[in-house]
Amino acid sequence: MTPDEILQGLYDQTLVGNAPAVLDLTHTGLDLGMEPQSLLFDALIPSLEEVGARFERGDFFVPEMLIAGRAMAGAMEVLRPLLAETGVQTIGTFVMGTVKGDVHDIGKNLVNIMLEGAGFNVIDLGVQVAPEKFIEAINEHQPDIVGFSAFLTTTMPMFKANINALQKAGLRDSVIVMVGGAPVTQEYADAVGADGYASDASACVKRAKDLLTKRRSLVSA
Amino acid sequence: MLTSTTSSSTSSRSPADIAARIGLIACGALAQPAAALVDRHAWPVDVHPLPPLLHNRPHLIAGQVEALATSLLRRYPTVAIGYADCGTYGALDEVCDRLGLRRLAGLHCYDVYAGPARLQRFFDEQPGTYVLTDFLVRSFGRTVLQELGLDRHPELRDDYFGHYTRVVWLAQEPDPELHRLAQQAADSLGLPLTVVDTGTAGLERAIGGLLTLPVPAFPA
Repeated sequence: MTPDEILQGLYDQTLVGNAPAVLDLTHTGLDLGMEPQSLLFDALIPSLEEVGARFERGDFFVPEMLIAGRAMAGAMEVLRPLLAETGVQTIGTFVMGTVKGDVHDIGKNLVNIMLEGAGFNVIDLGVQVAPEKFIEAINEHQPDIVGFSAFLTTTMPMFKANINALQKAGLRDSVIVMVGGAPVTQEYADAVGADGYASDASACVKRAKDLLTKRRSLVSA
Repeated sequence: MLTSTTSSSTSSRSPADIAARIGLIACGALAQPAAALVDRHAWPVDVHPLPPLLHNRPHLIAGQVEALATSLLRRYPTVAIGYADCGTYGALDEVCDRLGLRRLAGLHCYDVYAGPARLQRFFDEQPGTYVLTDFLVRSFGRTVLQELGLDRHPELRDDYFGHYTRVVWLAQEPDPELHRLAQQAADSLGLPLTVVDTGTAGLERAIGGLLTLPVPAFPA
């Protein structure tokens, strides 16, 4: 196979969520001497972006998003250490978790894949994450951004509880806070004092990059 | 999209008959039990169901309800909405405000059947509680497994349900066959089943209250 065929195959097979084929093509590409960055940025990420676009248009639904995400995640298991070895700089660190009392994580996991694909170092704390766990993780990893996810209207108030905990710990100004989840709106994000909100995984990546750029320009000014 | 599946169909009613009746727009998951209650009490209500699978596209619910309500308001003096918030996150309330209509209280039909406080207790006890109703038990293969793609991609089961710890079936009219199907559903998710016999009193109170119709008193 030629490198172009590898890239096209990775794109096509990720799009349809064929995880074994994506893994095979990843290994084949590496065996041919292709750069891990090329496999990631020229095939896997564009494919996942297309999955996101089809989801937004209503052509794809959650199962299609999930199988594509799983296919890409399999490839990332192979590529992640290689990308680290080649010294590819992450664009920022993102601590992510579903808030206390909430076990939903499908959206969060999709966001994680997109963030990682975009170059973020993602630290996923899982589900039912209590405020003190977020504080511990922020102290340990010194992230640029922390993300709170909630799927239920009954657990959304944990956003405010988490932000209060950040303030109490003296960490609020040192980290960007993003919130998201099915019931969340920009108005709600503003009301609880979050810095950013996004309605879906693609939008989250764009918003995270924008917020990071803005924060860094303020720091360097 | 409207498919009347109830015995309260309006097809044979004259405009004069309809002028004395109430149009109830019902979620497809509630339409059958709602129609049964209407028949039992001889309420002057026509049930107009919307497809139950809208629940898997909740962003479409408000628009479809508004379109149907607007149409029904040309014929009925009173129209009511047999939906709770149902994942519309306030969009249905906006429709109700705009058209001057009332909807069922609560976030989901689970609140209607079990009562919000009782339901909240289930989630407080175990946040990973997955709730079924009789409708969902009966239609589990179509409304859950197929809609989530688990028929085609069973490997996704733990992506969806990996953090759930139990299935709670809010049983309205349990019988041995429904018990078998509920157990089968829970088994297919790899979760233990808890059966909570709610009956239909909650739905009866909710619909009666919504339509301000006489409803027999039930113990709280």
